Amino acid sequence: MIVKKSEDIHSSEITPKQTYLNRRTFLASGAVAAAAALVGGRKWLKLPSPEASVSAAGTQPESSSTKLDVVKKTDYASGEKATSLKDITNYNNFYEFGTDKYSPAAEAQQLRTRPWAVAVEGLVKRPKTYDIDTILKLAPLEERVYRHRCVEGWSMVIPWVGFPLGSFIRQLEPMSNAKYVAFTTLYDPKQMPGQNSSVLDWPYVEGLRLDEAQHPLTLLCLGLYGEVLPKQDGAPLRLVVPWKYGFKGIKSIVKIRFVESQPATTWNKAAPNEYGFYSNVNPHVDHPRWSQAKERRIGEFLKRDTLMFNGYGDQVAGLYAGMDLRKDF
Amino acid sequence: MKAIRWLKPLVFVLCLAPLGGLLKKGLEGDLGANPIQVITWSTGLWTLRFLLMTLAITPVRKLAGLLALIRFRRMLGLFAFFYASLHFLTYVWLDQFFDVHSMLKDVVKRPFITAGFAAFVLLIPLAVTSTRKMIQRLGGKRWQWLHRLIYISASAGVLHFLWLVKKDITEPAIYGIILAVLLGYRAILWLRPLMPPISAAPEPRTDL
Repeated sequence: MIVKKSEDIHSSEITPKQTYLNRRTFLASGAVAAAAALVGGRKWLKLPSPEASVSAAGTQPESSSTKLDVVKKTDYASGEKATSLKDITNYNNFYEFGTDKYSPAAEAQQLRTRPWAVAVEGLVKRPKTYDIDTILKLAPLEERVYRHRCVEGWSMVIPWVGFPLGSFIRQLEPMSNAKYVAFTTLYDPKQMPGQNSSVLDWPYVEGLRLDEAQHPLTLLCLGLYGEVLPKQDGAPLRLVVPWKYGFKGIKSIVKIRFVESQPATTWNKAAPNEYGFYSNVNPHVDHPRWSQAKERRIGEFLKRDTLMFNGYGDQVAGLYAGMDLRKDF
Repeated sequence: MKAIRWLKPLVFVLCLAPLGGLLKKGLEGDLGANPIQVITWSTGLWTLRFLLMTLAITPVRKLAGLLALIRFRRMLGLFAFFYASLHFLTYVWLDQFFDVHSMLKDVVKRPFITAGFAAFVLLIPLAVTSTRKMIQRLGGKRWQWLHRLIYISASAGVLHFLWLVKKDITEPAIYGIILAVLLGYRAILWLRPLMPPISAAPEPRTDL
């Protein structure tokens, strides 16, 4: 953990953040408490206090440099309340830092996110290695509140910060035979202790069809809640594809490769009958071992129905016209 | 053994500690982002642990000569049933919220739930017949046969755990290995009289 000396931080920068965190948590707790009261019987599960939330955020270096300049904010989650920063930063699937959901919050803090280079390779007219600070300035950053659905059956609402991957891809000029994009996570077992285990075939690889990658909803994500990405959430940059299960949103990307044929992706290789290449959120296609019809929104008591394409069907269903989504799950 | 008299209440209180820990965390709001999952995992794991402890009584008391351990077997077995009931209740109430249709579908369609449900149902007759009166009514031999259902229940429990994890099977594998050792011990005891008597059978080594 990096602890900044007090002189690095102006008090004027701290106060607003704590205020908004307190406010968010207070609102969230209030709503959850109301829901719990309605449901009854769960009152003994006390809700996190606002102070706890602020200290959770303190696991990242807090200084002015972590703030991102966001030019616009758009809600893509129909006004649903965002999940607390505490839960977003303490309940993570990031196997590079352990298979337990609570371990990335601690284990990921040793990841060095500067310097960080991203190699763009393959079928593009301008293959090039980009520095993370160059990528941060490639396009105006926007906040997008998206629903996030994990293949395990839980979900969150997250205010991501980034820009559409498509605007980056346009600058790279893919060749006409480029049909897919493959992404690779950093491989460094010294920094990512989970890679010492053979639970997955490292490095983690994910992929999208080029038209999926260029879809306006697909986000190259650099932050959340207005600040740079917490390490446990995939710093310094990750993919966010809101209509697909969370594992498609590859974290800590070091390579983007444009290819002609469908890339072999990590979870698909691990269990092809359980995790398809597409992995679109689909309540009608169950995971072989559990139902995908419902999900538990973190912070809520009752399960809610899972929406086709996670509720983004109007925008993305066209990508899959004529496909049998039971076969191409 | 006079010690048993005060050891028993102590063990009883210790067996309640996992539940106490869960309640304490719940009251302090310390169950994490997904409290229902934490409760489900904790009660499930303690069910398996108590089943394994129950199954360990016989081998340990014979191998270590601690014959008095038998006095704790029923208590451990009943605590396994207690945590299994909490685990089942968590699923029925907190997870599924009494959605009978969804639960029936789960039991039929999801092998891991089928296995878990079977493991739980098999424990019910054992809990019901755990009293001294029931042992007398059934007769020792028949009671003993009935209570061998714990072998199937514990195996189904481990399978339930193994089938539900996404990828990392380390933890269920550990429980599986312990169960295999405990059941293997019994298998060896049963098979030994069936094997042709070999006069040159080596003495069990004591230097291991």
